[in-house]
Amino acid sequence: MSSGAPDRRSEHRRGAARLAVVGAGPAGLAAAVAAAETGAEVTVVDLGQRPGGQYLRQPTVAGVRPDPHPGRAGDLLRQAGGHPRITFRSGHQVWSAEPAGDDPSETWPSSRRHSSSGGPAGAVTLRLFGPAGPDTLTAPVVVLAPGGYDRVVPFPGWDLPGVVTAGGAQALAKGQGVLVGRRVLVAGTGPFLLVVAAGLASAGAQVAGVVEAAPLHRWSRHPLAVAGQPGKLAEAARHFAALRRHRIPLWRAQAVTEVVEDGAGLRATVRRVDADWRPGEVTRTVPVDAVCVGYGFTPSVELAVALGCATRIDPADGSLVVTVDELGRSSVPGVLVAGEATGVGGAGLAVDEGRLAGLAAAHRLGLLDDAGLGRAAAPVLRRAARQRRFAAAMHRVHRVPDGWTEWLRPDTVVCRCEEVTAGRLRADVTGYGLDDIRALKLVTRVGMGLCQGRVCGRAAACLLAAASGRDQPLEDFAKRQIVMPVPLGAVAEEGPPQ
Amino acid sequence: MAGSFDVVVVGAGIVGAACAYACARRGLTVAVLERAGLVAGATGSGEGNLLVSDKLPGPELELALFSNGLWRRWATELGDRYGDIELEAKGGLVVTGVGPGADGAAGLAGLRATARAQAAAGVLVESLDPAGVREREPAITPELAGGLFYPQDMQLMPAKATAALLAAARADGAEVRLRTEVTGLSRDAGGRVVGVRTGAGPVAAGHVVNAAGAWAGALAGLAGADTPVAPRRGFILVTEPVPPLVRHKVYSADYLDNVASGDAGLQSSTVVEGTPAGTILIGATRELVDFDHRYNAEAVRRLAEGAVRLFPPLAAVRAMRVYHGFRPFSPDHLPVIGADSRVPGLVHAHGHEGAGIGLAPATAHLVAQVVSGERPDLALGPFDPARFRTEVEAARAAA
Amino acid sequence: MPPPEPGTADGFTITVDGAAVPVRAGQTLAAALLAAGRRSTRRTRFAGSSRGVFCGIGICFDCLVVCNGEPNVRACLRPAAAGDTVETGQRPGTTADSGRGGAGVGGPDAGEGVR
Ligand SMILES: Cc1cc2nc3c(=O)[nH]c(=O)nc-3n(C[C@H](O)[C@H](O)[C@H](O)COP(=O)(O)OP(=O)(O)OC[C@H]3O[C@@H](n4cnc5c(N)ncnc54)[C@H](O)[C@@H]3O)c2cc1C
Ligand code: FES
Repeated sequence: MSSGAPDRRSEHRRGAARLAVVGAGPAGLAAAVAAAETGAEVTVVDLGQRPGGQYLRQPTVAGVRPDPHPGRAGDLLRQAGGHPRITFRSGHQVWSAEPAGDDPSETWPSSRRHSSSGGPAGAVTLRLFGPAGPDTLTAPVVVLAPGGYDRVVPFPGWDLPGVVTAGGAQALAKGQGVLVGRRVLVAGTGPFLLVVAAGLASAGAQVAGVVEAAPLHRWSRHPLAVAGQPGKLAEAARHFAALRRHRIPLWRAQAVTEVVEDGAGLRATVRRVDADWRPGEVTRTVPVDAVCVGYGFTPSVELAVALGCATRIDPADGSLVVTVDELGRSSVPGVLVAGEATGVGGAGLAVDEGRLAGLAAAHRLGLLDDAGLGRAAAPVLRRAARQRRFAAAMHRVHRVPDGWTEWLRPDTVVCRCEEVTAGRLRADVTGYGLDDIRALKLVTRVGMGLCQGRVCGRAAACLLAAASGRDQPLEDFAKRQIVMPVPLGAVAEEGPPQ
Repeated sequence: MAGSFDVVVVGAGIVGAACAYACARRGLTVAVLERAGLVAGATGSGEGNLLVSDKLPGPELELALFSNGLWRRWATELGDRYGDIELEAKGGLVVTGVGPGADGAAGLAGLRATARAQAAAGVLVESLDPAGVREREPAITPELAGGLFYPQDMQLMPAKATAALLAAARADGAEVRLRTEVTGLSRDAGGRVVGVRTGAGPVAAGHVVNAAGAWAGALAGLAGADTPVAPRRGFILVTEPVPPLVRHKVYSADYLDNVASGDAGLQSSTVVEGTPAGTILIGATRELVDFDHRYNAEAVRRLAEGAVRLFPPLAAVRAMRVYHGFRPFSPDHLPVIGADSRVPGLVHAHGHEGAGIGLAPATAHLVAQVVSGERPDLALGPFDPARFRTEVEAARAAA
Repeated sequence: MPPPEPGTADGFTITVDGAAVPVRAGQTLAAALLAAGRRSTRRTRFAGSSRGVFCGIGICFDCLVVCNGEPNVRACLRPAAAGDTVETGQRPGTTADSGRGGAGVGGPDAGEGVR
């Protein structure tokens, strides 16, 4: 155990109503505040240097103006930051999680639903790694709110320096006061592209254009969902107005299908794409310093999967998400999940889901009775349901059909870490008769690098399915006990759960 | 599904793939039936060590020495057409007296006795003092008493080797049917096995080869030929890719005791090796816990602790993955190879425990000889499938 | 415990591949590199191609640099400290000439990138 660990552990008196929250984004903060308000002692763990997550990212650099966060999400930072019963463990990565118990030699279900064994029912041990070394955090109830990260489909040149994710470009601008390039192109699909383009433009970048693969007129097919969310409509209008103000053109039903180096900069090829995103004629080539790409988000489900929580495919966008009830309770007692990991729906929905999970956690800790839970949850439940309908409609408009696989060339890298190309992958699938993700990983090393398949997993599964003629369960890319690489010294030092 | 084959191989792990390759090359018609996918069993979750160093004089060592030569030949045969199987003749290094408090003198004496016996049986082995060990492994801890170097020890990538063997067998006419579980063995009036039943229909066969790994007992049971093979669980830790830090296969001498033991509880010893992919593999734990897929944090902690004690710079290297697999454990630590005298037509190829990758080619060669009616190049007596009478009766009594 | 306040100290410099690079207090190594117009962080193990910041949030491991001798440091997460010495263009996980990879059922459409 690392030095200083005993002090940290004594923060949590045995028997106190303790909640551990993983993730200090909107969902995690909302859960922490909701539970702390009922009297729970809450510890919030996050990899970031400062709470906020991606959406509420707070600058770490003096002079960089924080976003004027609109609405409820923004208030959370203040509420959580000032709350006497909320402790932050910033800069800490959770690298593994197991159901906790008293017998250190006991083993734990890691791949299926289980009943409690030994320790308090549903208690969880989180293994942390922070600036001071390894540590463990054990709590009878946890809320997992690890968010997600940009989904990017591979295309020729996506591995060149200067091609960055839309979220990454935004994080650098918001948190660090740095632009990824002076002249940039924003490409992919989804409303997030507009937010990023407007943000980069206000930070001083020259945004050459936003390339949106969806035709967009499809919005009109979901009037009910839009009508239920007048706020969302106003938000969209604000984004479009920002584009006009910065004179940023929006190119619809087109995609950046290739980027090459061009002198000191980059040149992006933009093509028209059909409804399935098969590439058509070149509409323009754009010289830029950087290309920011985003094709929606990939939920972070690894921790929940490691704890044995059941998962499902979100029919709206095809992502692997954790199965939860309307209050965020997963299939494993004591493990609650909120935010993107239960389905990508944006910051507003994440706040509501976080709040519900925080209330459900308080209920499990005995701080709220059934009636209290029902009363507190009811208004939030209604709002969350509306937002989920809206998110589903948005996903249908911005779905990612398989036509992008035709943008690839044989030498296009699919797995960035292990440098596995599309040609190699397809040749090995047919040459060796590979037909599942496990064999594909072992034989080609796809998804076996440091990112653990986070970046390429879904794309590789899609290519494998096409080449082998067999559907592929995405969970095979998310199943891992070490959810983030961690120094061996930390694994060795880490004592059995206390 | 139908068809008739000289040989039906059950299981597409490394042993099944090697059997298919050896049989198909002799012109036999072969079908490989696998209920899951390629390398779904132990082959996909082990390391790829091909060791002579961990075996004492006797039938297993003979099998290992025979395999050692075959793997070198097969790697060349396969390499050009079916892909690099990453065979590295890197040598193995066994060290003793690691860390403070270890009894270096006793350890060394034990090691040297082992080395003398192995040398007499044809194993190349070189005795090293601490300086000699550090010359071969500059990053190893200075706190050790000495070691032995085994130049014949090698390593390969098991999944690639299996895939290449099956691709080569297919080129020789073999059929590989994945997602096809064998649910029964068909026998004629005289009791001879004449084929298998699968979810997709029967398949007729002159011989059925049981290469079902840790599940081989269940398969043999379908023919009433009880074989007490049990799963022995092992965890492996994998690091991020790093510049070459561990040059050979390096392990502590207590590994030998753990392998030889039949204890059901958690045993761990330190086994470390680099791979061409840049990762470092860290083993090895052993537990007899049936097919239990649950994570054992203590087992994994011990792996990390042992590796860092042996190679202190590893403390800063990141662990990237942990996985587990089930070694096909046989009670007397010898594999089960050859025709089953109780059930004509049934041929066994399993029970290799932690050495199936290493022993696959010799096993396959012997199986191909048995199926072809040739006199095997090694005496099969010690590997006789019917030898476990006591264990089988005890299991029956318990049931 | 309230969240920590943003850094207030003035800027400092770090050394990147032998050159001085200015940093604003609180910036990550990745931010400092990009602000200085340095896009490339590392080269890949097998093909030796250049990579830079991609995800920006610690997911992709493309922004690896050597910092004060420590290999495989994610530049997008590591706050820069005065006096840091950073090397870019390294090929983490291999010595420059030991790259190997790819499985290898050769074929006309097998990619070039992995050899
Ligand atoms: C942690 C660990 C480390 C190891 N390290 C090494 C090492 O360094 N060197 C070494 O030589 N060995 C090592 N081993 C051992 C080695 O992995 C095994 O001995 C070897 O893989 C066994 O191969 P196999 O083909 O017999 O079994 P498997 O690879 O398990 O294959 C058996 C196959 O049979 C299939 N099957 C079972 N029943 C049926 C049925 N009824 N119908 C159809 N298919 C069926 C299964 O799905 C499976 O795919 C290690 C093992 C472990 C677990
Ligand atoms: S840019 Fe992806 S980990 Fe740093």
